[in-house]
Amino acid sequence: MSQNDLHYVRSEMALPQPAPLRERGPLAWVRKNLFANPFDSVLTIIGMLVVAMIVPPLFNWAFVNAQWTGTDRTFCATVAQGGIQPDGWSGACWAFVHAKFGQFMFGRYPIEERWRVILVAIMFVALLVPLLIPRVPRKGLNALLFFVVFPIVAFTLLIGGVFGLPHVETPLWGGLLVTLTLSFVGIVVSLPLGIILALGRRSKMPVVKMLSVIFIETIRGVPLITVLFMASVMLPLFLPAGVSFDKFLRALIGVSLFASAYMAEVVRGGLQAIPKGQYEGADSLGLGYWQKMRLVVLPQALKLVIPGIVNTFIGMFKDTSLVYIISMFDLLGVVRQNFSDPAWASPQTPSSGLVFAALVFWMFCFGMSRYSIYMEHRLDTGHKR
Amino acid sequence: MKYIISGILGAATLGMVATAASAGTLEDVKAKGFLQCGVSTGLAGFSAPNDKGDWQGLDADFCRAVAAAVFGDGTKVKFTPLSAKERFTALQSGEIDLLSRNTTWTINRDTALGLNFVGVTYFDGQGFMINAKKLPGVNSALQLSGAAVCVQTGTTTELNLADYFKANKMEYNPVVFEKLEEVNAAYDAGRCDVYTTDQSGLYGIRLTLGSPDDHVVLPEIISKEPLGPAVRQGDDKWYHIVKWAYFALLTAEELGITQANVEEMKASGNPEVKRVLGTETDTKIGTDLGLGNDWVVNIVKAVGNYGEVFERNVGQGSPLKIARGINALWTKGGLQYAPPIR
Repeated sequence: MSQNDLHYVRSEMALPQPAPLRERGPLAWVRKNLFANPFDSVLTIIGMLVVAMIVPPLFNWAFVNAQWTGTDRTFCATVAQGGIQPDGWSGACWAFVHAKFGQFMFGRYPIEERWRVILVAIMFVALLVPLLIPRVPRKGLNALLFFVVFPIVAFTLLIGGVFGLPHVETPLWGGLLVTLTLSFVGIVVSLPLGIILALGRRSKMPVVKMLSVIFIETIRGVPLITVLFMASVMLPLFLPAGVSFDKFLRALIGVSLFASAYMAEVVRGGLQAIPKGQYEGADSLGLGYWQKMRLVVLPQALKLVIPGIVNTFIGMFKDTSLVYIISMFDLLGVVRQNFSDPAWASPQTPSSGLVFAALVFWMFCFGMSRYSIYMEHRLDTGHKR
Repeated sequence: MKYIISGILGAATLGMVATAASAGTLEDVKAKGFLQCGVSTGLAGFSAPNDKGDWQGLDADFCRAVAAAVFGDGTKVKFTPLSAKERFTALQSGEIDLLSRNTTWTINRDTALGLNFVGVTYFDGQGFMINAKKLPGVNSALQLSGAAVCVQTGTTTELNLADYFKANKMEYNPVVFEKLEEVNAAYDAGRCDVYTTDQSGLYGIRLTLGSPDDHVVLPEIISKEPLGPAVRQGDDKWYHIVKWAYFALLTAEELGITQANVEEMKASGNPEVKRVLGTETDTKIGTDLGLGNDWVVNIVKAVGNYGEVFERNVGQGSPLKIARGINALWTKGGLQYAPPIR
């Protein structure tokens, strides 16, 4: 009996059939993802109702009814409120954001000197972007420029007082400038300081260990607001009369030290996750302490705690708003401060300003978060699950 | 790491402002070349930034008046926005030369806190605002028995409110909130009938309500909140300059000297005007203060007289539209009274 006699055995492959109708196309997707079972269906309907209730009014408020241009509150107030809009009008007052945009970005930095801030911002982006893209070569030079040369140049440009640049005192700084300066310095200082503190806490030398523990636990034990408040209100009373530290500098130091303590604990978490064998392996190769840390332990530990590190960065970025309590005005502070301008007081002004501030904060935080996910995937060698 | 330390050290040396603590405030201010003035972090009509970021308002203009008296130039002033908690420390530690920040003059602040209040630039007091549509016919706070009152908790406002209703044997339901924004929102949403806070604040809040014309600020004032500028104790010369800058604003209004007509008034034959404007021969009024004899001219040129400052910032020339009321001159039934400049 040859094989040809077996008529029920296929001699060629069956042509692929399209999936049944109920398994493909948008309808199937909807059924599978939104209405798979009664519970899902109820949740979907509730969700759609909520979206339908929130999104169209929000869209109308933010775009359709919004007032985009104007010079004072009359453009954003109804006739009954002393403005030009019809009664019952409710829309975003983007004219307020437009009129105050310069202040939201630069605070009260003198208008004719704002090119200096813009120049610093351009340098910041021009140095940061190549540093963040792994393909671009010359990382060492780039990092040197970004972490050493850039802060000095930016400091000189922003403060002025040399090379014919007029001096701009820090109380005039504000808005996004303050938010970014505080976070940049906080991030750049807290990561190395945090690593050193974390190593110190795990050190076998009792004095180093004790100092690290005392520092970390003291700073973590008090709220940031207290640190800022001490720096702003108590410090001037301890100093001799007539001597005062720049308030912005005090805030910078406060925020940096605060972030360092948290960073130290995040890094310590990473150090503890490295198996003992790695340490012993490095020892058996004859590496010294710093070589062991630099070549074996830290690269693995830091990679593990990228989410924690970025979490701390994002938290710090948002915490900078607390400098409002010591009368320094970051983005949120400037926005809120401008609510008090009687020329713009209207029912729509506060919500428009806050939505704008939220959007800017979200853009930065979301950017940081996406980049950290990208780096996690890129560095994910050997831990893929 | 090294650059951070050097950066911080560099910033520290730049940030250290060592002023000669021995000389008087006037000499310090003159040496600096500007007046450092503490204002609020934003209060409509008193000190709030405009579109360009310049401080506007009654308190801010008072700073300009003092700067004009000292330098002949009202722009030589730097503003330090201060929170309510920081304001006294800033003055005590010498961070600012003058505190002009809607601060209530009380005996405790005048004595224990080491301040000297120079006068009352705005007589404020706690008032009531009602929704006239919800409470028709109410035109006095004494008719508010049984009302729900929105108030910010933890303030003297809350205590004054309780005292007032108890003293007048009236009932009320307090609706308390932690934050000012919450009180505003609750009142606007109709959760209470009455809103109480300082009267000057009520006018600012009215602008942010859905339909401001429905809301009426009642005439009663149930507490005294005399707001005025303050200086440090122990420097009488500076204290006199700031005090008389305030009196000069009032005197200029009394004599009809305005920003527009101050140059013409210099040629006036009225001996009182001549004395005030320093055009009298052999006058020593300005130099006795440590200023130039044209100090009043400079003040009025920079900001106008008290009436102009008031109307521009909080009165009819502003969105707040606060009536002069007890802040009118004594000649017009108000409380603003200046001793004679002679």
